[in-house]
Amino acid sequence: MTFQAASEAFYAALLDDDPEQLYDRAPCGYLTTTPDGLLVKANATFLELTGYQREELVGRRTFAELLTAGGRIYHETHYAPMLRMHGRVREVALDLVRGDGGRVPVLVNAVLDQDTDGVPRAVRIAVFDATHRREYERELLRAKQQAEQSERRAQALARTLQSTLIPPSPPSLPGLDVTAAYRPAGNGEEVGGDFYDVFEIAQGDWVVALGDVCGKGVDAAVVTALVRYTIRALTVQRSRPSDVLTSLNEVLLAQGSERFCTVVVVRLRLDAGAWRATVGSGGHPLPLHVSSRDGMRTVGEPGTLIGVLPDVQVSDRSVRLDPGDLLVLFTDGVTEGRRGSEFFGEQRLRRSVLAHRDAAVPAEGILGDVLDFQEGRARDDIAVVAVRVPVLSSAGEETAPAREEPRP
Amino acid sequence: MDVLTRHHVRVTGRPDGRTMMFAHGFGCDQHMWRFVAPAFEDDFRVVLFDHAGAGGSDPKAYDERRHSSLEGYARDVLDICAALDVADGVFVGHSVSSMIGALAALAEPERFGRLVMVSPSPRYIDDTGYVGGFSESDIRELLDSLDSNYLGWSSAMAPVIMANDDRPELQEELTDSFCRADPAIARRFAEVTFTSDNRADLPRVGTPTLVLQCTQDAIAPVTVGQYVAATMPNASLVMLEATGHCPNLSAPEETVAAIAPFVRGCDPVAR
Repeated sequence: MTFQAASEAFYAALLDDDPEQLYDRAPCGYLTTTPDGLLVKANATFLELTGYQREELVGRRTFAELLTAGGRIYHETHYAPMLRMHGRVREVALDLVRGDGGRVPVLVNAVLDQDTDGVPRAVRIAVFDATHRREYERELLRAKQQAEQSERRAQALARTLQSTLIPPSPPSLPGLDVTAAYRPAGNGEEVGGDFYDVFEIAQGDWVVALGDVCGKGVDAAVVTALVRYTIRALTVQRSRPSDVLTSLNEVLLAQGSERFCTVVVVRLRLDAGAWRATVGSGGHPLPLHVSSRDGMRTVGEPGTLIGVLPDVQVSDRSVRLDPGDLLVLFTDGVTEGRRGSEFFGEQRLRRSVLAHRDAAVPAEGILGDVLDFQEGRARDDIAVVAVRVPVLSSAGEETAPAREEPRP
Repeated sequence: MDVLTRHHVRVTGRPDGRTMMFAHGFGCDQHMWRFVAPAFEDDFRVVLFDHAGAGGSDPKAYDERRHSSLEGYARDVLDICAALDVADGVFVGHSVSSMIGALAALAEPERFGRLVMVSPSPRYIDDTGYVGGFSESDIRELLDSLDSNYLGWSSAMAPVIMANDDRPELQEELTDSFCRADPAIARRFAEVTFTSDNRADLPRVGTPTLVLQCTQDAIAPVTVGQYVAATMPNASLVMLEATGHCPNLSAPEETVAAIAPFVRGCDPVAR
C-alpha cells in the first residue's frame, strides 16, 4: 500500500468512528440499566446477538429477565450483591435467552455508576459472545471431573491392593501375643512395597514373615503378592527359614522381575512348653529380641538380598522366647523415618521398643513413635510386627496387660 | 478450634443488649449485612457469622455429612448460640438462612424470641398446588452455571476491589473475603438450598416472625412470601418497595425501617 492509500484508509476509519457508531457497532453487546436492572439502553450488537427488537427490551425488561432460570438465581445470589458491594463484576458466565427461545452463552462485565454520595445511578454492562469458549470450558470441566474420578478409582484400587498384602485382621496366635501395625507412605494413594504375614503351619508351629519389595506401585505389588504367597507355599515343605529364602530367591530369579526384596522369616515353634524362634534374613534389618535375661539384641545374620544373584548367603539363628520376651520385626521405614536430615535410627527404635514393651499393642506404639517423629507423615512404608510371650501368673494363667485403644 | 473461630463470629454493639444474630444466605457471607447490622448496634448485641464453607469460616468447619441438609446449618447456629449464651434473642436470616433460623427455633425455641425472614422460601421448586418459581431443570441449570463460574472463581475474585478509598483496611478485608467460597462446598450448599423443602416445618414454628418480601424477587416470588407468612402461626408480612432478592444490600434503609419496630417493640425484660 502506498503512503497515500494508507493515509486515506486511516482517515476513512477515523471518520467512520463517530461516538454513535462506536457504541452501536462495538464488537460486544452494551447495555445500560437502572440500579434495579431495568434496561434503558442496548446497542445494535446486543440486539443482533439476542434477536430482540429494541422496543421489546428498553423500559420493559430487566437484565435478569433475559437470563435462564439458573442464571437468574446466580444473578441474584452472586452477581447483584457483588455489583452492589464492589461496584463491578468481571467475567461472569451467564446464558442469555434469545428472542426465539434459543440460548447464547455470554461472559459479562459490569460496572455500577454511583454519584458522589455513593448512591447507585446506573449499571453499564458489556456482553461478550462466549459460545465457543463455553464449549471449551465444558470440555475442560468434563476432563477435570473425569480426572478426579480416575484419581478416586486409583486410590480405591491402591487401598484394595494394599489390603491384600497384609492379613485382613490382626493375627491371633494361641499362647503368643502378636500385634502388627502398618502404614503406607504419604497419604496412601500408591501401593507400597512393605508386607507382612502371620500364619499357622501346625499346632504350636507358626511363621511370621515381613519384608520390603523395592519400588512402589502396581508393578511392585505384583512381586509383593508373589513373594508373600511363595513364602506361604515354601514353608509347608521347608522348615528352615534359610531354605525358604533360598528357594524364594530361585522363584524370583525365574520370574525374571527386576525387583528384588529384603525378607525376614521367623519360624515359631512350641517345644516342651517353651517357644523357640528361628530367624532367617535375606538382606533385611534384623529383628530385635528383648529379654529380661539378655536385654535387647538383634537376632540372626543379615544375609543377602533376595532376587538379585543366583547364590544367596542366608543362615538361621535360633533363640528361646521366655515369658515376658518380645521379638520385634520391622521394615526400614522405621529406622529411616526422617525429620529434616535426621533419621529415626536404631537408638530411637530401641528406646521405643523398651517403652512399649509391656503395652497392649507394642507394634502400634512403635509405629506411633515413628509417625510422631515424622510429624505424622510417613515418608516410606512402615511395617512392624511384635511377638510377645505372655507372662505366666502364679495360677498358671496368662496375664495380658490392660488393653488400650490402639492408635488410629 | 472453638465454634466462634470456626464460623468467623464477630460480636459488636451493646454487650448487655439483647442478642441480634444475622445470618447470610447462599452466595455470600456476613458482609451481606454491612449496611443493616450497624443500625442495631446501639441497643443490641449484634452477632455476625459465616456459614461453613463461606467467607472467613474455617475450611475444616464444613462436614459433608452434617451439611448435607439445612438441619446441619441450623445446628451450627445453635452451637454459636450456646457459645455466646444466647437466650430470647432475635434471629435475622436472609434467603435460605430464614429456613435455617426456623429449624433452629424448632430445635431450641428458647434461643430466639423473634425471627426475621428476609426474602424467605420454604421450597424453590414448584409442586402440586404450590408455586416455588422454579422447575427441577431450572435448578440443574443453576448448578451448571455455578460450575462454569467457579471454574475461574478464585482468580476472578482476587482483583475485585471495592470503591471505598477512605477505609483501605475495609477494602482489603472485603477483597479478601467477600463471596470467597470453596467452589465445591458452595455447589453443595446450592444443591442443599435449592432442593430443600421446609413447608411442613413452618406451621410448627410458633416464634413471632416478621417476613420481609421484595417486589419482583426472582428467587422468592411474592406469592412465596405470602405463603410463608400465612403458614406460620405467628407471622406477619411486610412488603418492601425494593426489588430483587437482597434488600439488605439494595435497600438497607427500608430494610432497617421494617425490622426496627418489630424487634424494638418488645421489651425482653417484660416478656
